[in-house]
Amino acid sequence: MSELPILELVGLKKAYGSLEVLRGIDLRVFPGEMVCVIGPSGSGKSSMLRCCNRLESFQAGQIVVDGADISRDDIDINAVRQHIGMVFQQFNLYPHLTALGNVTLALRKVQGKSRAEADQLGMAALERVGLADKAQAHPAQLSGGQQQRVGIARAIVLQPKIILFDEPTSALDPETVGEVLKVMRQLREAGMTMLVVTHEMGFARAAADRVIFMDGGVIVEQGSPAAVFGAPQHERTKAFLARYTGGA
Amino acid sequence: MDGLDRFLHTFFNAEVAARYWPDILMGLGVTAGVGFAVSVTGLAFGLVLAVLRAMQRPWLSLPIIAFVDIMRALPPLVVIIIFFFAFPLIGLAMSAFTATWLSLSLVLAAYAEECIWGGILSLPRGQSEAARSTGLTWWQTMTSVILPQAFRIAVPPLTNRVIAISKNVALGSVVALSEVLNNAHSATSNAGNPTPLTMAAAAYLVLFIPVIFAARRLESRWQWRT
Repeated sequence: MSELPILELVGLKKAYGSLEVLRGIDLRVFPGEMVCVIGPSGSGKSSMLRCCNRLESFQAGQIVVDGADISRDDIDINAVRQHIGMVFQQFNLYPHLTALGNVTLALRKVQGKSRAEADQLGMAALERVGLADKAQAHPAQLSGGQQQRVGIARAIVLQPKIILFDEPTSALDPETVGEVLKVMRQLREAGMTMLVVTHEMGFARAAADRVIFMDGGVIVEQGSPAAVFGAPQHERTKAFLARYTGGA
Repeated sequence: MDGLDRFLHTFFNAEVAARYWPDILMGLGVTAGVGFAVSVTGLAFGLVLAVLRAMQRPWLSLPIIAFVDIMRALPPLVVIIIFFFAFPLIGLAMSAFTATWLSLSLVLAAYAEECIWGGILSLPRGQSEAARSTGLTWWQTMTSVILPQAFRIAVPPLTNRVIAISKNVALGSVVALSEVLNNAHSATSNAGNPTPLTMAAAAYLVLFIPVIFAARRLESRWQWRT
């Protein structure tokens, strides 16, 4: 991977008052990579993800997205955010809009596309997540898995450089987890760059190009899924994985 | 005359009704006009205040909270009296219409701000995060995502407030506003018979039943399945 990274974090530090949640994170995500971030609750993995599109502020360090330093004050963050998709644990679909309305809102408001053009792109995005037939349904009429797929369509319709997934399956019923992970696998095959915070160890092991283990606000260990899951080097990684592999 | 006849003669006197209906009708027009004007300006100002408060700047929020709390604590009658009788002393004389309209608008704005602000607060944080993550500005997020949902939540309490404040147009009688209850009261004194009050009551029903129906329709049409 000699290309330039899509996303690069350099010495990222974040604190809530005296509580340090990120203590110097260095991370690069390259085009077409799916990087899964695992770690115990409170390890800072969600905070790190939310810094990447500045939903959260940070005190020190640099975040570069596709060559643009988004930590600078004079950056047009709204322009940058169009290129950084985000999928949330709680889906966060707009309940007053249809599935298609959810997917097309930014196309129309931010990119100024006509309703016809936005609808066409929106339908194509819903098609990709297998929900074209639910375009006119409101979120409350959809299952959790379907809602999350609409959430993914809302992100991909803007043709982002990278998509950030914040525990995309943690709020789902076990039987609908699979359909969301399947869509994520398809995105990976289509070459989408993805940074995924997840508790789905099986998925991370099977689908990720690289796995990051975070604990205590630092990256403890990273490598291929085979290396991190098969032969973890650090005690903390071993202890964490032991709790999961017991059942899996 | 037996009891029923006396009752009808007192409260449903055709002769008195025939003499005073133009007064009642004119009063109804004034009440409807002032009520409508108050609703429009009060709701609009309340919306502006709620949006300003949502900007979460203390130097904006604190004066708004103070205004809202004071306006909700004061009886509307007192506000009208201050505007009409006290403000001329500092060179701000106004008509009975203006005093009533302005006072009730401010009171409604205070309640409307609380209703809409409550709606905004009740929305999960993820709503605005999702919108901002797709590149919408704060303002676009407000108008496309937050307010449409906050309104739906605020409609039932707002309806109650609009009806309550419109009935308070009757308080304008203390500054001699010729609204329906004031006219009915004068007519009752002149006729020595309370039939005009019955007519005023009927006028209120004619005015507000449609408002209540319209609000109910709005509520059901704006509901999305949850």
